[in-house]
Amino acid sequence: MTRYETVEDLPEVPVAEEPSESIRTAGWRTFRPVIDRGKCTKCNVCWKFCPDVAIAIGEDGYPVVRLDYCKGCGICAEECRPLAIEMVQEE
Amino acid sequence: MSEAVISGNYAQSYAAKLARVHVVSAYPITPQTSIVEKIADFVASGELPAQYVKVESEHSALQVCISAAALGARTYTATSSQGLLLMHELLHWAAGARAPIVMGVVNRAVAPPWSLMTDHTDSISQRDTGWIQFYPESNQEVLDTTLIAFRLAEHPDVRLPVMVTEDAFFLSHTVERVDIPSPACVDAFLPSRSREGAVRLGARGRLGSFTGPDLYMEFRYTVARAMDRARGVLEDVEAAYERATGRHHGGALPTYRVDDADAVLVTMGTATSTARAAIDAMRARGKKVGLAKLRVFRPFPAREVAELASRVDRIGVLDRSFTFGAAGAAFTEIAAAAHDAASKPILRDYIAGLGGRDLAPSDLDGIVSRLLKADASGIEWYGLKRRRAEVSSWPA
Repeated sequence: MTRYETVEDLPEVPVAEEPSESIRTAGWRTFRPVIDRGKCTKCNVCWKFCPDVAIAIGEDGYPVVRLDYCKGCGICAEECRPLAIEMVQEE
Repeated sequence: MSEAVISGNYAQSYAAKLARVHVVSAYPITPQTSIVEKIADFVASGELPAQYVKVESEHSALQVCISAAALGARTYTATSSQGLLLMHELLHWAAGARAPIVMGVVNRAVAPPWSLMTDHTDSISQRDTGWIQFYPESNQEVLDTTLIAFRLAEHPDVRLPVMVTEDAFFLSHTVERVDIPSPACVDAFLPSRSREGAVRLGARGRLGSFTGPDLYMEFRYTVARAMDRARGVLEDVEAAYERATGRHHGGALPTYRVDDADAVLVTMGTATSTARAAIDAMRARGKKVGLAKLRVFRPFPAREVAELASRVDRIGVLDRSFTFGAAGAAFTEIAAAAHDAASKPILRDYIAGLGGRDLAPSDLDGIVSRLLKADASGIEWYGLKRRRAEVSSWPA
């Protein structure tokens, strides 16, 4: 929280000390990407194209969908050359 | 110091080089292009050790500058017309993020109809974004004002972005003799940007984070206060620039032959030079007329306008843009500021020179002559062609 005594003490720009990852932003998803490790070539294209931060690269080099942030836009599935990502409707 | 015969656009390029900018990002648009082409030359040849970031749009260009500025870089960009309009969202962001970016804006008409010519609608439409705005009238003033803009923008009491405009082609592509100060002179006037407040590697956080109703207003107020402080800081910076170079461009509202004037015309940009000649010619004919140049539109020089309005019976405003459903933007604000004057002058708004329509000395003479005869306040479109016979290029 920002602490100030007078309005003149405010910082020039509001800066939250907590990174935005604490805010889960996936509430409106209707399709989730499901990665087929058999087809995945670990090329990272899905990670590069994700417009959010919803794909991480795991220690084994395979992409992992971060479902707390994925909005289901399907860009990763569209860009995936080996067709390793399928968009599956949520329950 | 060296002399060169350069365009207004190159005046911006040389100023950015002299300011030793760290990051430049821009997208080309006529008539801005030669500003950033020249800077690209400086970077390619090694004369300017800056990062030149190529992007796919003006929106991205400004985002690059905002991010680089947050890291403490001195940043520059330039645009015009539709490109400036595309930046609009991030213009607000730059000011709210207190990014001291300097941007050259070549004033070009907004489409439709398509036009490449001078008109102030593009930058006037950005008046509420929190950017300081200058309207120079000569290439020398463009160069000097751009250097002044960096020091003003980065001043700890201001820390706001600044636009230095140029009338399309009249300044951007017309060459004039310009005195270019030496690097040593500029380095003394404009030292490296302080890294105070800049984001540091390893820091975690969210710049410009979500702010609720209990604090949003207060952050907007800090921008308002910074803009108010810019008035005084500009006086100091211009005095320092005069000590460094011997040149001073007269503050926010320089006046000319207004002391015993019955009528004063207010102009912005290059119309000022033409108006000055027209005022001299009218003075020679015994007319008591004067001129005020609205050199700084933001922060608006309300006090100077009120002082002027207390001294003259008639103020005319030449607006090279129009706010639909209201009046010219300069007129509206001058009328508001004149409300504080001891006496109430007649106020006339002359909408003229839109889309690059020429404003010859005879036009300025015509406008000031009408102002002298005016017996009521009001708005008129000067030189509007109401009949086909007056138009040389009427569509078939």
